[in-house]
Amino acid sequence: MTVLELSRWQFGITTVYHFIFVPLTIGLSLVVACMQTAWFIKKDPAYLRMTKFFGRIFLINFAVGVVTGIVQEFQFGMNWSAYSEFVGNVFGAPLAMEALLAFFMESTFIGLWIFGWNKLSPRLHLATIWLAAIGTSLSAYFILAANSWMQHPVGYKVLPGTHKVVLTSIWALLTNSTALGAWPHVFFASLVVTGVVLIAVSAWHVARNNQLEVFRRALRVGLTLTLAAGIVTAVTGDIQARLMDSQQPMKMAAAEALYNTSDAASFSLFTIGSLNGSKELWSVRVPDLLSLIATMNPHGTVQGIDNVEAAYAKKYGPGQYKPIIPVTYWSFRLMVGFGLLCALLAALGLWLTRRRRIPRSRWFYRIALWGLALPYLATTTGWIFTEMGRQPWTVFGLLTTAQSVSKGVTASSVIISLTVFTLLYAGLAAIAGWLTVRHVKEGAPEEMQQPGAAEPLPVFQY
Amino acid sequence: MNLATFWFILIAILWSGYFVLEGFDFGVGILLPFLGHDDTERRVLVNTIGPVWDGNEVWLLTAGGATFAAFPLWYASLFSGFYLALLIILVALIVRGVCFEFRSKVDSPRWRANWDRAIFAGSALPALLWGVAFANIVRGVPLDAQHVYTGNLLTLLNWYGLLGGLVTLSLFTLHGAIFLGLRTTAELRQRAQRAAVRIALAAVPLAAVFLALTQVSHGKPATDVTAALAAVALIGAAAAALRGREGWAFAGTALTLMLAVATLFGDLWPNVLPSSTSAAYSLTVNNASSAHYTLVVMSWVAIIFTPVVLAYQGWTYWVFRKRLTSSDIVQPPTAGSQAAEPVGGRS
Repeated sequence: MTVLELSRWQFGITTVYHFIFVPLTIGLSLVVACMQTAWFIKKDPAYLRMTKFFGRIFLINFAVGVVTGIVQEFQFGMNWSAYSEFVGNVFGAPLAMEALLAFFMESTFIGLWIFGWNKLSPRLHLATIWLAAIGTSLSAYFILAANSWMQHPVGYKVLPGTHKVVLTSIWALLTNSTALGAWPHVFFASLVVTGVVLIAVSAWHVARNNQLEVFRRALRVGLTLTLAAGIVTAVTGDIQARLMDSQQPMKMAAAEALYNTSDAASFSLFTIGSLNGSKELWSVRVPDLLSLIATMNPHGTVQGIDNVEAAYAKKYGPGQYKPIIPVTYWSFRLMVGFGLLCALLAALGLWLTRRRRIPRSRWFYRIALWGLALPYLATTTGWIFTEMGRQPWTVFGLLTTAQSVSKGVTASSVIISLTVFTLLYAGLAAIAGWLTVRHVKEGAPEEMQQPGAAEPLPVFQY
Repeated sequence: MNLATFWFILIAILWSGYFVLEGFDFGVGILLPFLGHDDTERRVLVNTIGPVWDGNEVWLLTAGGATFAAFPLWYASLFSGFYLALLIILVALIVRGVCFEFRSKVDSPRWRANWDRAIFAGSALPALLWGVAFANIVRGVPLDAQHVYTGNLLTLLNWYGLLGGLVTLSLFTLHGAIFLGLRTTAELRQRAQRAAVRIALAAVPLAAVFLALTQVSHGKPATDVTAALAAVALIGAAAAALRGREGWAFAGTALTLMLAVATLFGDLWPNVLPSSTSAAYSLTVNNASSAHYTLVVMSWVAIIFTPVVLAYQGWTYWVFRKRLTSSDIVQPPTAGSQAAEPVGGRS
């Protein structure tokens, strides 16, 4: 394999792995903040137990998210130095802002929250988890603004005679329509992940009639959150589809493997065949749906892959301008499908638990537990679609992935780092997963809140 | 002073902040197996940096981000050039970071002992390698006309680089020992004080030789002054440590680290990454920097938000200013056991 291919694998593995932990960090920090707020207001000890129980899951997850985040920031320079040189003027700004405005806030206030249980006043201690939660969401905004600039560059100009772009408006970059569409989608998808984690964990205990005063409530919170956030995620995804149709028509066409521009384009639920536009053995299609998604009009025109490619060849010079179609086609469907299943799971659970009912049948609990994989599969395939759908570009219309790779880095170096990172990530995932399962099984016993003690004990101490 | 130089100074400040803050974190990690004789003692040691280590590490991320935004070419050449060295640092920081979070999630001394070994390695390696990296940056590395690094990992492991590595390793360890003297009590405190004096015996000559060699080949009148002051501050820190004046000793090592970074960056200027192949290929403050507009935007962001960050990070240190003792370590309730004895819940 070439340095380019190896570097792409490493970037993909690191980013997908990092994003396993990010959504739960974003969502669970907020949910734990809400739980602690409920305890602060109502003084109901069940909320404190909930706060501490889910707080621990949050911290195990947060640790892996933080450490893999360091690799994220360094790998642009390490593996993509040509990219860094080309875009640093523009892309570096939101990254530096993320560190200064968001990373400091997250990490400092998480530390205060972990160790501040009996050092800060309850009100101040509550503020620390809220500030940490706001920090994580702010961090997501900056990095999505940076990513959105790669999807849809704005507020820049190319310096004539050099291989460099420079920033002309930071405001344009931070209010990029693509970023304004992406942030809510990622934010609410993170809440879906969090909701499903709450569902799976609580269902495990409710099925065993265990600590119902905590977990029945947490189950309802998880179900409501998943359904509500699931609906908003779908709506924001739909808004993004129209932005994508106007900004990256190739990605829209690749999402459906639509080769020829057509009016009233249908959307296939699945296709058996090669997806190369030649032969299709069998497919299930919803008429007009693709046109509706892309243009809000059932008879709207959706451009086809071949037409867009011909236009790009004219604009950017001869070359291949389409992504790997089976990857975009299937990742798009799987993202939508897994996301819908999350909402369906939540709707089913809400029905079964209506009016304080406790579901009797074992299969519901089994589905709730295995359902844990669904939101993770949806967010992963979602990022694979977004990033692979932009190929062959790193910065759409300005710089290709092949032009972005580091010049001085050898293939053997990348083989070493790819191997080391992959093994390390696998080990970390195993340990974090084992710790989480172990903690979940322990549940939220009453000891976690000391009866008689004036203040709760610092159970989070290292 | 132009904006590019302003950002060069700002990045130097970020690195000195990183070395002063994560320096003692690294030191605590390195000293963990030597000063902590049992599980409870090691837990006290780790918890002295528990609330702050993660915030301290963000200084590195901010230095990285600032370099990317203000000097894209420096970021690109340096990070791709020092690829394998950075890989080792990243792996160390990853392992170390999860160690802190995971070590007490299972209440077993053996589980914790394994993580503590990893904390030692994860602290010692970056403490050594940052020195290797900065010594090589000042000395110059092989860069071609496109500013692409043409050496490999072994190019960096020259005797001057390794000496720089030993300097940061010993300085951070000393800084950490003095920090522990400030944050613990009784026997642990005395052990930390004794360790500080012993480490100073190695750190002072190493730093003096390194700074002298650096000034002989790369020095300027202004940095001769900062180098001399760094040496004075270090000797002062060692003397204060010997007399048990922990506050003064800590101020001394912190000042040493800041002055050492000032010396190295001062020697570097106006280069940011000198080429040992040909001076014409060197990356400089002017040829590596971003355009004016980006620097203006980032300057405003830095001027407005850095004081805010300093204020809340400073406040964190104020909140956790009390010394830790073994009785502060709460045994977490184990699974299934009834209401564990509340050991020493502090007010």
